[in-house]
Amino acid sequence: MIDAALLIVMGVLYAVGVYLLLEKSLTKVLLGIMLITNATNIFILHAGGMPGLAALYDPDTPAEDYLDPLPQALILTAIVISFSVTALMLGMIYRSWVLSKKDDIQDDAEDRRVAQQPDYDPEDDDAAPVEPSEFEGSEEQREEAYQERKRAERASAEESPGSYRMQHEHLNRGDRDRGEWDS
Amino acid sequence: MSIFDLAPAAIILPLLTAGLNFTLYRRPTVQRLISLIAIIVVLALESTLLIASWGSGPVSISLGGWAAPFGIVLVVDQLSSLMLVVSSVVSLAVLVYATGQGLADGDDDAPISVFYPTYLVLLAGVSNAFLAGDLFNLYVGFEILLTASYVLLTMSGTAPRIRAGVTYTVVSVISSMLFLMSIGMIYAAVGTVNMADIAAKVPDLPPGTQLQLHLMLLVAFGIKAAVFPLSLWLPDSYPTAPAPVTAVFAGLLTKVGVYAIIRTETLLFPDSRVDDLLTWVAILTLVVGILGALTQGDIKRTLSFILISHIGYMIWGIALATPQGMMAVVFYVAHHIVIQTSLFMVVGLIERRGGSANMDRLAGMAKIAPILGILYFVPAMNLGGIPPFSGFIGKVGLIEASVELGTWQAYAMAGVGVFVSLLTLMTLARIWNRVFWRKPEHAEFPDPILLATDEDGNYGIRTSGESDAESRRYRGRDVKLLPASMLGSTIGLVAVGAALTLVAGPLFAFSEQAAENLSDPDVYIQEVLGDNAPGAADDAENGGQE
Repeated sequence: MIDAALLIVMGVLYAVGVYLLLEKSLTKVLLGIMLITNATNIFILHAGGMPGLAALYDPDTPAEDYLDPLPQALILTAIVISFSVTALMLGMIYRSWVLSKKDDIQDDAEDRRVAQQPDYDPEDDDAAPVEPSEFEGSEEQREEAYQERKRAERASAEESPGSYRMQHEHLNRGDRDRGEWDS
Repeated sequence: MSIFDLAPAAIILPLLTAGLNFTLYRRPTVQRLISLIAIIVVLALESTLLIASWGSGPVSISLGGWAAPFGIVLVVDQLSSLMLVVSSVVSLAVLVYATGQGLADGDDDAPISVFYPTYLVLLAGVSNAFLAGDLFNLYVGFEILLTASYVLLTMSGTAPRIRAGVTYTVVSVISSMLFLMSIGMIYAAVGTVNMADIAAKVPDLPPGTQLQLHLMLLVAFGIKAAVFPLSLWLPDSYPTAPAPVTAVFAGLLTKVGVYAIIRTETLLFPDSRVDDLLTWVAILTLVVGILGALTQGDIKRTLSFILISHIGYMIWGIALATPQGMMAVVFYVAHHIVIQTSLFMVVGLIERRGGSANMDRLAGMAKIAPILGILYFVPAMNLGGIPPFSGFIGKVGLIEASVELGTWQAYAMAGVGVFVSLLTLMTLARIWNRVFWRKPEHAEFPDPILLATDEDGNYGIRTSGESDAESRRYRGRDVKLLPASMLGSTIGLVAVGAALTLVAGPLFAFSEQAAENLSDPDVYIQEVLGDNAPGAADDAENGGQE
């Protein structure tokens, strides 16, 4: 007979675990993971079938009276693994709190920067400018013409709204490696 | 005793060396040396396995002498031995690269005593996953490599790495939970966790149950392999790690997921087909991945998106579900591990030399470091599928297999695959133009290092501690920008990638054998179960509940 109470506990653990996992606070996410892990352990326990005797061999006991010990071994391994992962995550959460004084999952700055790029990129999408032949004029003159075009592009980009790179130059200056929390 | 009995050493040796490494944390030189020796020995062993598995069927090794399905077995076949050798080659190159980086930078801000043992544990986990003949052992292999990867990804605990590490850890734990639940369900349904035994018993299940178990496993492995709807974690977490760590992750970890998907499709559930689903997953992974790559400004992020996109090629071959398709997949996986890792290693060098991995800040590298230009160009063309290289050969193999199958799904995937290979080339050429060919002052926000000139007007000369930006970045230390060991290991791996073309014939022949073995799961089942083959096993004491 399957234990209905244990099944209900498993369902509640999964539900609460998933709810907590979707929170933005890291500690709640960790609690969610722990609940889901335990729910999964109960789940595997059910995979072993009917309850029965402990798997200690006794010649007088018929084979079908024993409980299947394999799921218990699986659960034991899973518990050890989830224990170590929990410890590691606690370390990470503490480190995150030390660095930012916040317990939140941080957004990826580079991701946001890419997402806010305008559709139009002057370098990639502009109509190809008429290049003077490389046989005309000296290299210095062509370079000067290029710089002139570049200045004009920048000036027009500053006037036109939505040109993200110009408005948020400071974001580009920050190096990923130094991190958004360092100052 | 055959050479195959030594296969468990591929797992045990790195683990033992890792333990030894922990005790030697005060002696970094000894640590480096024994780590290097361990990987070389493992590589030699795996190469012998590869040669021995030429022409043979799968070989199973019962651990502790307990016969399957009750004991745990390791199985060596062509697919797993090829994956083992390629992963060891890649990890050897990355280890030399990381050692070079550690030696050049001084060891003060990277806890190097943690790096070597963790790296070896990662390798042990990867080898375990490739050799596992038991679903729960596969789970343990995944956990070993994932736990090591959590540590490597968050090494030295800077803010961006912790942020990336949290995302990565949470997503990986969820995928592991799904995998564990699938194992629970499979055990409830068939009463065993031995893969051969599962394969023998699954056909007796009702089709709905088969489909559910199949999809559970695919979702769990799909997260690890980063196929499209489940891939969003990857570009957020990989780029922030140290260069060698990103390189080895990009090469190996997603491929372990692909390997598990191949086993699921060919061994566990060959009858319950979800090819239409996989077709759409392959197409979406290919297209969405490469579109993501096109918008990025950071080279490491660009390469991460390309990595996702190219997982689509492997799913394409798996979705074809023909021996030809599987042959192309095996070849493509081997090619992609090497090429993707070498590209990430090159980008690590570009970042070191040019001060940044962002295209807006880089320029003029062709003149500053021509060697990096060559090192970038060769694997980039390879990945883009330009003819003499193995990327082209792998894609031709996939297209041939599709045309041979001839369904509209196969043609759709082939069309999308060709289109995506063009877009890959475009993405890589965009990096090439911006980073290598324009003048430093043409960059949007050129790095001060690139603008510095010597008296002759040559760009990119760096004398340490001269400008503010540099002394901040290097904290006043005199570091070598391109140490010989980092450059040497990168050249080595790029050369291996280029040499894949030369050995393409034998490699394809080998992949064909692997595909033949994969398409006939009965051989695998017979080899593992032996006397306990279907019907003979006594199910009563496994107590399956149905």
